[in-house]
Amino acid sequence: MTIKDIVYIALFVALTAALGLMPPIAFAGGALPPITAQSLGVMLAGSVLGAKRGGYALLLFVALVAMGFPLLSGGRGGFGVLLGTSGGFILAWPICAAVIGHLVHKNANANIWVTGGMIAFGGILVMYTLGIPWMAVVGKLGLDKSLAIMVAYIPGDLVKVVLATVIARGLRRAYPNI
Amino acid sequence: MLDLYTPGTSMLHRMSPGPKMAALAIAATALFLQESLLVTALAVVAILALYRVANIPMKTALAQIRPLMWIFVIFFAVQWYFSGLTLAAYVVLRLAALILLASLVTLTTRASDMIDSMTRALRLFKPIGVNPDKVSLAISLALRFIPVLGRIATEVREAQKTRGLERSIIAVAMPLAIRAIKMADDVSDAIESRGYRS
Amino acid sequence: MIDLKNVSLSFGDHPVLHNISLSLSERRIAVIGANGSGKSSFARLLNGLALPTSGTVSVDGFDTKKQGKDVRGRVGFVFQNPDNQIVFPVVEEDLAFGMKNLGLDKATIATRTTEILERYDMQHLREHPAHLLSGGQKQLLAISGVLVMAPAYVVLDEPTTLLDLRNKRRIARVLNALDQTIIHVTHDLDQIADYDRVIVIDEGRVACDATPAKAIPFYQELMA
Repeated sequence: MTIKDIVYIALFVALTAALGLMPPIAFAGGALPPITAQSLGVMLAGSVLGAKRGGYALLLFVALVAMGFPLLSGGRGGFGVLLGTSGGFILAWPICAAVIGHLVHKNANANIWVTGGMIAFGGILVMYTLGIPWMAVVGKLGLDKSLAIMVAYIPGDLVKVVLATVIARGLRRAYPNI
Repeated sequence: MLDLYTPGTSMLHRMSPGPKMAALAIAATALFLQESLLVTALAVVAILALYRVANIPMKTALAQIRPLMWIFVIFFAVQWYFSGLTLAAYVVLRLAALILLASLVTLTTRASDMIDSMTRALRLFKPIGVNPDKVSLAISLALRFIPVLGRIATEVREAQKTRGLERSIIAVAMPLAIRAIKMADDVSDAIESRGYRS
Repeated sequence: MIDLKNVSLSFGDHPVLHNISLSLSERRIAVIGANGSGKSSFARLLNGLALPTSGTVSVDGFDTKKQGKDVRGRVGFVFQNPDNQIVFPVVEEDLAFGMKNLGLDKATIATRTTEILERYDMQHLREHPAHLLSGGQKQLLAISGVLVMAPAYVVLDEPTTLLDLRNKRRIARVLNALDQTIIHVTHDLDQIADYDRVIVIDEGRVACDATPAKAIPFYQELMA
């Protein structure tokens, strides 16, 4: 790992944290995961940095949250949050970033729709697959209700997929050697 | 928001970061697992007492939760409507307690000390390929980048405002991303020129 | 002494510097040139941040290509934007970074930190968050971070470009008071009038290499 890799990893940790400073849209009294811009950081880390560096960036992010740094949206942090209803989604982030990075970098010449599809796969499908069962168990909700709730998040997540796709492709044109 | 350290000589300042972090993790978990309003309220009082012990003014304590006030209000209103006053008070107090507690650790621990103890803990993972020095460098850099990113975002938004583009997310996000990568490249050069061996 | 022998540099197939041969030993050397003339790349060659495509750059006999570590210990580098040079969140931690990389012990690090902060009247900022400093203070911190490593040479790439007049003058005074050899890339011609040597770079070549009295009028003519 070069100095540049370390700096890029740090940059995407900071970016994910900075996205958390945008006010989240919370509902159902915090019993449900709030809609935040932070998963955009997950999608960007993966699609820009690739599987290894993107995955490490989010792993470091989650470790810092667990250590008590208030990096999650709304200034949340600490071990407690990871045990809450949205814990599964947050713990899934490193995996999602790695999956996105793997797919996007393996198909670097794919057109914009395919890139978007791959980001959606890692950033929505994989994240929901890991986060929803966790929410169902921790929140005593049951899988069917959890699934129904998550439908409300899909439009917001699709917007983030579009943003991540456009930004990642733009960055790759501006800096082919990232 | 992360350069919270306020110099001091209290017991909490002198405690080494490892046990402090462990105490935070245990207390936060306990707070999350209990569901009593009374216990939560007592916890808030106890945490505020710890602020006194650390000689940190109540004003600073309040400043930690002020940015979240409106979220608290929404949480409180929604929970009150759906689940009644007790649960609403419980949810908001628990959130306040968690944030106050986590902030107390950051307020009384230098980032560098926290990172040093984490680096020490990470040595245990050396056999599986973790390099503690690199991890601690990445953490320091990440903490430094957060305010810088905020400032770049403001600058870009102002620049796009003059072109009437401040509402276009892409018109703000794209230059922001490009400047951030440029900054990262410059920072790598600076680290290299300051003799860091990778 | 820093020696450049037949140095050329290109990025991909884009040539930046052409066959430059120079010896730098004077105490105050300025490098001037238009934007894009290659003067920044020239500066970066001197401490091995950029490596020559052909030719050699050596510092006190150490080749930047083969002995990068020895070169970094001798040549400090100050960048245009201090925000990109300050690595750590707190002033004191940032000053310690370069010294830790040199392998200095804690006591020496503490002594040198105190010395430099006192020299520049910044003792009260020791535990201050670096990002809250003013522009001038940040650049002074960036320079201090380099000086505590006790380099023999200090290369500065437009260190005053982003500063207001008062801070430009303050940094100029700081530079003039240094014992080290400095190689100062700049657009501020009034700062270099009493330098020992001025090198004008134009389109990747040394267009003039003389005293300020000759080189500055030459440069002004060139830009007219």
